[in-house]
Amino acid sequence: MKRFLYELSESWKIAAAQMRSNLTRSTLTALGVIIGIIAVTLMGTAVNGISIGFDKSMAVLGDDVLYVTQWPWKPVDDWWNYRDRKKIKTEYAETLNRMIAATPNSNLVIAVPTSNFMRSIKYGGNQVNNVFVLGTTSDFIVTSTIDCTSGRFFNELESRGGANVVVIGYDVADALFPSENPIDKSVLINGQLFKVVGVNTRQGTFLGLFSWDSMAAMPLAAFNKYFSAKSDSDVRVKVKDKTRLADAKDELTGLMRRVRGLPPEKKEDFSINEQQAFKSTLDPVKNSIAIAGLFITGLSLFVGAIGIMNITFVSVKERTKEIGTRKALGARRRTILLQFLIESTALCLLGGFIGLVFAYLMCFGIGKAFPSFPIHFSVGLVLLSMIVSIFTGLFSGFAPAWTASRLDPVAALRYE
Amino acid sequence: MSLVTRLTGPVVIDIENITKDYVMGEEVVHALRGVTLKIHRNEYIAIMGPSGSGKSTLMNMLGCLDTPTSGRYEFNSKSVAEMDDDELAAVRNREIGFVFQTFNLLPRSTSLRNVELPLIYAGIEPGRRMERATQVLTDVGLGDRIHHKPNELSGGQRQRVAIARALVNGPSIILADEPTGNLDSKTGEEIMDLLERLYERGNTIILVTHERDIAAHARRTVHLRDGLIEMDHAGFIPELDLPIAEMTST
Repeated sequence: MKRFLYELSESWKIAAAQMRSNLTRSTLTALGVIIGIIAVTLMGTAVNGISIGFDKSMAVLGDDVLYVTQWPWKPVDDWWNYRDRKKIKTEYAETLNRMIAATPNSNLVIAVPTSNFMRSIKYGGNQVNNVFVLGTTSDFIVTSTIDCTSGRFFNELESRGGANVVVIGYDVADALFPSENPIDKSVLINGQLFKVVGVNTRQGTFLGLFSWDSMAAMPLAAFNKYFSAKSDSDVRVKVKDKTRLADAKDELTGLMRRVRGLPPEKKEDFSINEQQAFKSTLDPVKNSIAIAGLFITGLSLFVGAIGIMNITFVSVKERTKEIGTRKALGARRRTILLQFLIESTALCLLGGFIGLVFAYLMCFGIGKAFPSFPIHFSVGLVLLSMIVSIFTGLFSGFAPAWTASRLDPVAALRYE
Repeated sequence: MSLVTRLTGPVVIDIENITKDYVMGEEVVHALRGVTLKIHRNEYIAIMGPSGSGKSTLMNMLGCLDTPTSGRYEFNSKSVAEMDDDELAAVRNREIGFVFQTFNLLPRSTSLRNVELPLIYAGIEPGRRMERATQVLTDVGLGDRIHHKPNELSGGQRQRVAIARALVNGPSIILADEPTGNLDSKTGEEIMDLLERLYERGNTIILVTHERDIAAHARRTVHLRDGLIEMDHAGFIPELDLPIAEMTST
């Protein structure tokens, strides 16, 4: 064991001396690994960032909210079975709330109706198109991550009275009021004037998934008054204990069957969704991006590894006589194997470290230049790329090191 | 046909009827055809022979760098013929000190690091390694050169480093293959003086050479020809050895 440690430290010293004396060669060879590690690390960062972006977007949905909808949040093959379902009505919310109140120990807190429509909003000469206009009640704030930077969400009174008030998203406010305070200004939606009472905090958007940044929320009563016709409605229900989401779902299913008056033998004609369902649809997409990306960038690392393998073969060839001498002096096969494995690993580790530094700087630069792109450089990633470097070194050094360890000492000593 | 053998101590090397065949293409070359040889502790023996005589093959065999095709080889009463690579490496490390014609020092390492190498392979701890290597280097007269690299040393000094490296593990034999082959005659004599001193201190020295002047330092001479021992006698007898030496020196 002690002997092994001495041989190990000796091998590291040899590796360091070897790199110093073949500086150009070592640098060029390490370059392959540097590029490989940069590629893999950046891809890892991007994949990580995409994943975080998805999760962040998903968080908007809330992990303790159930959504009662006509269509399920997953691809369906038998769409015709869903198309003819009855629409979800906003009035269900009130019925559900009465039922929840009447149920002891209910795991549901409150049901909130929402209706939405895409509309453009105007103020003065500015106009924003495709704004997600939402009609809801003042209880909406309980079920969402909405949070007003300035102003407030509309209150119960405005909600019941159907007042012409609106809460707008950050991007909408930014576009309509580049240099003014939007609060108490009146904006034009579908020819109607609405007073801005609040602006939502910036949430950031990713891949155009849900974000409240480009939305506008108004009392449902007002929404129905002006845009009732063909809007989509659903009901969202807040759950008390999110660890018992399945129970809550069952409870809500029961309540909805009563609302719809379904006899026991009939199948449900509505869908109850949660964040998780959406996630399980998106996860395969996320994973295939990750696998494809890492595979392609992994190829560049592989090319780097071949470079290391090549140079280690050259090194073994060049030092055949030295290997013979070492064997004559008592180096065992294992000793020689270890020596060359450590040489290739040292080269890869050095390349990996330099690559990591470059990748970090690049991430930093990208993060500064495109703040909206979610980039995430983690300690785990650093460790992972170091481990990958070590394995690359072992992988690429093995064949040459094995050859070296198997050399016949007589032939090696005679080699010129 | 051993004429006279100075019996100096227990047998270190005991070879009986060893052969070595090489396959070269279609042909089988019989490099050794049945060599029997006993070498005792504290002998100073020269192995001579023209090229192709099997001299190098015998040296590789004695140095445990290679194993015989057939025959018996005992080193300190342990059979070498069946040892595997790692066991042979251990014997080379502890029992045999190699001195090469081309010195074979590691070019980028200092004298000290070169001499330390066999100690590393023997698993000696760093402190004792340094101490022992320094001592042996001082013994061969290089106490002031321990931090020099081979390219900062003269040929004679390099060979002294190599001899120190051969000595450092206290081996049973020192196997010197043409130790003066790459040195001028004056430096060569210095190296031979050093070997003489080591012999007087009790070391066993096996010299492989084709130069009669060098072989003349030995106390026993073995002549090889065509894979067989042609002659094995004490000392260096000019009348006997010169004609052969004449033929062998090229």
